[in-house]
Amino acid sequence: MLDSALNVFRQGRNLARLMEGLWVTLEISAVSVLLSMLLGIVVGLLMTTRKPLWRAAARLYLELVRFVPILVLLYIFYYTLSRNWGINLEAKIVAVLVFTLWGTAEMADLVRGAATSLPAHQRESGRAIGLTESQINRYVIIPQAVRRLIPGVINLTTRMIKTTPFVFFINVPELTKVGQQIVEVAGMKNYMASFWVYAFIFFIYFAVCYPISRFSGFLEKKWEN
Amino acid sequence: MSTAQPVLRIRDLHKKYDRLEVLHGISLDVPRGRVLVVIGPSGCGKSTLLRCINGLEAIESGDIELNGESISSGKTRWNLVRQKIGMVFQSYDLFPHMTVMGNILLGPLKAQGRDRREVTREAEQLLDRVGLLDRKDSYPRQLSGGQKQRVAIVRALCMNPEIMLFDEVTASLDPEMVREVLDVMLGLAERGMTMLIVTHEMAFARAVADKIIFMDQGVIVESAPPNVFFENPVSDRARRFLNIFQFDGVKKEEQPHVES
Repeated sequence: MLDSALNVFRQGRNLARLMEGLWVTLEISAVSVLLSMLLGIVVGLLMTTRKPLWRAAARLYLELVRFVPILVLLYIFYYTLSRNWGINLEAKIVAVLVFTLWGTAEMADLVRGAATSLPAHQRESGRAIGLTESQINRYVIIPQAVRRLIPGVINLTTRMIKTTPFVFFINVPELTKVGQQIVEVAGMKNYMASFWVYAFIFFIYFAVCYPISRFSGFLEKKWEN
Repeated sequence: MSTAQPVLRIRDLHKKYDRLEVLHGISLDVPRGRVLVVIGPSGCGKSTLLRCINGLEAIESGDIELNGESISSGKTRWNLVRQKIGMVFQSYDLFPHMTVMGNILLGPLKAQGRDRREVTREAEQLLDRVGLLDRKDSYPRQLSGGQKQRVAIVRALCMNPEIMLFDEVTASLDPEMVREVLDVMLGLAERGMTMLIVTHEMAFARAVADKIIFMDQGVIVESAPPNVFFENPVSDRARRFLNIFQFDGVKKEEQPHVES
């Protein structure tokens, strides 16, 4: 039985291909997560400004993107754009674009939440001891906002990583897609192939996401005061 | 004494929230080393008055002077003025992500740029005085409400302010913790700290005040030494307010219990 497993991974470049797939998954996740963090902070802060137009625009964007399935967004950007407007984007670029659109919306909402959940007293106490506004932001507001942000950001990161298999549908050769291709070929001779390949993929996703989640727990513990 | 310059002088202060005028021409002096206690029904403007003094609220008109210098002109650099005015709020407003010591040192180090060793020594002395030196490395969530409020007082004191403002600092404390905070304030009064206190603790007001300021609907109705104010209030409004704190007995004389 173990032979069947070893055979699947030994055949041709199967293991190397899976690793390449993992690399694509990580690439798309890492770039999208980083872009989402940066843009999300900007959009999130826009949502807390006093300018109603900015707030409305940010709100509209957030509601639109959050409630449309990722798959629909992928199809819109991959197929519809190229067919109707002749814009041909590489599948990987489309994947990063869509995930960033989605991640930015989620991140913006987290930032807005963290920024508005701090009681006004905190700023006033800072003023009362003679700090300038920028000192208040630096020593009082931002450290607390970041602490409140971390659990949500980690959660969003792992959610984005485990949602990347959707790019399967626009033929990006990421981990799950590669796994499926291997199963299709090897499964004809080896009926255990799909079990071993998907079990392997299962553990890879776990191995990537679990440390990230533990890291969040570590930070929360460190900052629980 | 009356010729000496008061630490705080307020003249004809007006404050509006939108259309609603909450302070209609408040004037008062707080001489050095004196304790003024402001009392009055909720919504009378007493908290707003304190907030105007350290610039947390903008004022419409009037003048506020700290040691003879006007701080109500448009050019006031509030962060500098506030270093001389210590304020303690009703809510426990410590910074939750810093230890007790971190909370106390933040202002002196960052706003005043003082030497860490010197400030730490002062902070330790002050903490010792309020009985919390052993909690200096605790975080606010590990402290009781009364302890947090005592730390908040030390945090304000460590800036070496000219005057301390207390805004109902015991109002959200459990009764058994009120005392420990009030004792700290009494200790400050003994040491000659200039203070302006808003409180609902009448017995405390009477014990600590050099002068009681009674406010109602945005004006000072009465201003008198505590024994005069509490025993012979001049105005009707003050009398009615003080009556709130009196209770008439409601228990009927016990009837002899008859078995039937």
